[in-house]
Amino acid sequence: MSTELINLTVDDVPVSVPKGTLVIEAAKQAGVLVPHYCYHPGLPVAGVCRMCLVEIEKQPKLAIACATQVAEGMVVKTQSSAAKSARTGVLEFLLINHPLDCPICDQAGECELQDFTFQEGRPATRYSPVYAKRFNPVEDFGPDVLYVPNRCILCTRCVRFMEDVAKEPVLNVSERGDRAFIGIHPEARLDHPWAGNVVDLCPVGSLLSKDFLHKARAWELDKSASICTGCSQGCNITLDTREGVVVRVRPRPNLEVNRYFICDHGRMSYRWMNRGDRIEAPLVRRGGELHATDWDEALEAAATLLRGAARRGVVLASPRASTEALFFARELFRARGGDWRGAFQVVMGEEAALAAVPNLALRAERAPNARGAELLGYGRDYAAAVAAAETAAVLLVLDEPEIAGRTQGALIYAGTVLPAGGRGEAGGGGGGARDAQVVFPIANVAEEEGTFVNRDGRVQRYFQAKPTPGMARPAWWVFSELLAILGNGDGTEARVATAAAAFDRLASSVDAFRGLSYTHLGLAGVPASSTVPVPA
Amino acid sequence: MGYPHKPHPRETVVLSRHFGEADARTYKGWVKRGGYEVLAQALAMEPGRVTDIVKESGLRGRGGAGFPTGLKWSFMPKEKNKPHFLCVNADESEPGTFKDREIMRWTPHALLEGSAIAAHAIQAEVVYVYIRGEFTEPWDFMARALAEANDARVFGAIKIYLHRGAGAYICGEETALMNSIEGKRGNPRIKPPFPAAAGVFGMPTTINNVETLAAVPQILKHGAAWYKGLSLSSPKSTGTKLFSVCGHVQKPGNYEVTMGFPLKDLLYDLCGGMRPGRTLKACIPGGSSVPILNREETESCLLDYEGVVDKGSMLGSGGVIVFDDSTDMVYQIMRLARFYAHESCAQCTQCREGTAWTTKILERILSGRGTTADLDLLLDLSENMTGKTICVLSDSCAAPVVSGIKKFKSEFEDYIAGRRKPVMVA
Repeated sequence: MSTELINLTVDDVPVSVPKGTLVIEAAKQAGVLVPHYCYHPGLPVAGVCRMCLVEIEKQPKLAIACATQVAEGMVVKTQSSAAKSARTGVLEFLLINHPLDCPICDQAGECELQDFTFQEGRPATRYSPVYAKRFNPVEDFGPDVLYVPNRCILCTRCVRFMEDVAKEPVLNVSERGDRAFIGIHPEARLDHPWAGNVVDLCPVGSLLSKDFLHKARAWELDKSASICTGCSQGCNITLDTREGVVVRVRPRPNLEVNRYFICDHGRMSYRWMNRGDRIEAPLVRRGGELHATDWDEALEAAATLLRGAARRGVVLASPRASTEALFFARELFRARGGDWRGAFQVVMGEEAALAAVPNLALRAERAPNARGAELLGYGRDYAAAVAAAETAAVLLVLDEPEIAGRTQGALIYAGTVLPAGGRGEAGGGGGGARDAQVVFPIANVAEEEGTFVNRDGRVQRYFQAKPTPGMARPAWWVFSELLAILGNGDGTEARVATAAAAFDRLASSVDAFRGLSYTHLGLAGVPASSTVPVPA
Repeated sequence: MGYPHKPHPRETVVLSRHFGEADARTYKGWVKRGGYEVLAQALAMEPGRVTDIVKESGLRGRGGAGFPTGLKWSFMPKEKNKPHFLCVNADESEPGTFKDREIMRWTPHALLEGSAIAAHAIQAEVVYVYIRGEFTEPWDFMARALAEANDARVFGAIKIYLHRGAGAYICGEETALMNSIEGKRGNPRIKPPFPAAAGVFGMPTTINNVETLAAVPQILKHGAAWYKGLSLSSPKSTGTKLFSVCGHVQKPGNYEVTMGFPLKDLLYDLCGGMRPGRTLKACIPGGSSVPILNREETESCLLDYEGVVDKGSMLGSGGVIVFDDSTDMVYQIMRLARFYAHESCAQCTQCREGTAWTTKILERILSGRGTTADLDLLLDLSENMTGKTICVLSDSCAAPVVSGIKKFKSEFEDYIAGRRKPVMVA
């Protein structure tokens, strides 16, 4: 797109937009949402729903805002009587074959057909009840997608997504006239690793997620901005929760990272956030047994262990932990001039790219914050760190349930759940977090605020979506409290009250994050300083 | 299959001169009749010069829209940095139109010659002739003629391919036709970009009707001035036009007359008038997509682009459908609407749903269950179906409905009021 600016007015609001901008996008700049169905900024223009008809002065016919480019001096009227009646007409045509089954439709409450009909549709039908509506049976399109043809308005967003974005053209428009429906290749399934996006793209309740089917009504959901933990891509997502339970993951647009899409792996990676078998209270070893206690005693017990550890420690951290937590875990040793070693391990999986979007894929590294851990000095040589842990004075495990660290020193475990196995497994020098001296219950990604750094070094915030269970606290809070008790190294005991303050501490002491703050990061994130080399 | 009639003395046979002569279909026979002479001359000319001659002749597109042909050719990029294409629209599917069929059946070489000249004028190296799938006989003649002409190497570097449609009316719409050639579903495209900028395979393309191209060799042979002189009326409508007359006339068929010929004379003189004891009731002058004319309008209408517009309709493809006083106009309009409902490509909402809804209302009126509110509803739906879609298929459905209700309202009211026996429509 050119840098040349074009001046126009939309509903009397003057705007200047780059040459080549579509009227529908220019209208957004003017604060006007032109109703539309087939248009989607992430898909090629189809111009078929005819819903975005607007009046443009000096043009003989109404024009579709989604396929008309702006021109100097253009006067666009979205609310003229001609434009309004054209849209009312389209809505009427769309509704004649659309069932009135909103009460049992998953889309109700977030349905663009409902919204625009409410906004400018006719109050009553003129379609004589003598006629039967078009009927086609529900079809099973793929692992997570159902097609309800009766609700389909044939906007073809799904067809274009599969054809032009996923580059796996398994959907089409079959038949002609009012018999038309979305067809699927007879020998294919809608099982592309990114196929779930057709459910989000569908403006009505025609393409449904089996996972979300009849699970909740749209108006019961609370929506929180978050970052997908499925891989190192760092796709921006919205966590939809109902009464403190995550019930759905949807993409949140970010043109720099995931555009409008997320993969099915990320979409389905949320059930663990609702796990019930959580550690809900701090535990301290007393008389050979772990006992639940309060935060004061647990923090004091851990501080005692750390003070006696000659400042030598190993941190085995999860690359799913927040940057803030990783920072303070490190500072427990480093800030006090100690000798520490940190490492993480990454679960690997198959890579799956979204063909038409550059630099967007389900990445082989199934961890959201490996890059953040690297920037903070954590290494990838996990085996060596585990070996070093055996002789370390203190082993701090941060939510790494895959492996139970062994150490002859003291074991402090901060996690959401207790790792299985471990106890009595190796005998002798202790093994597994069940032999920890102190166990801290911490929040998971849905329960805290924090940041991840994606594979390209983009620092992105995620927000709290649901309450933490029991006495669990964010890991950054636990470690920053510990640090305050131990003394911050600079002699202060300043406590950190918020995630934003935790990030500020990180930003002021780590070069890669220098100058950043939660305000800067906003909802879209910004790149970490690229001049800082990754430690080997 | 012989051609049904000898030329009427008032016909001006330019394109149809050799209709009925089986020998004209062969390469030898065509050369004997002076064919391919002007092609050789044209290929030696500057492409721009050919375009200029066609511009001067005043030739306008015979497919329906009547766009000046030379002007259309001149839209092609002069600087050639991409392959250029010529598409020949031989997907004659407009109900009531059967002129291109006869051109391909009797004078396939006229079309091939005109296509090659046009391809030269627009600097296209490839010509696609998109032939309607149902045209089995014209296909055979075209294929034979093309093979013979290729053997005689008359086209120089120009390659001509025949492409067969699969039976969709909408593939006669120029951009749908291009999609179909590309192997895609025959859906009309949004314009812009126009074909001259990005047509078939995204390359600069010109698309012309069969009758338009068949006239081109004649224009080059006899000169633009001669062609321009073939007009009885408006200087903006020149040359001859084939009219396919069907319906309630004594002698239906193709008639070639000069532009500006009175429609009344075409029907009463050339076509032999109405059947005995019958009188004219209505006429659709330009294929099923244009507004219906009543008797008075028909009898005072001049057959050229402006003359028919004066009467509130369009010259269209020249498919003249004639209705006498025995006709049930409500039923006829329902049949037209049903055709468009069947053929809608399903892209645009108004067309997909509107054509089918219109048909249902008309069927209901015919079955005696209509109400007076239905007529207002039909007009309102037609308003929403006009000028709001990618192509003009839904406009075409609305045109006969609106003009029919306006001009034959009493027939609708007779069904609604129960004065007329209901018709059960399947």
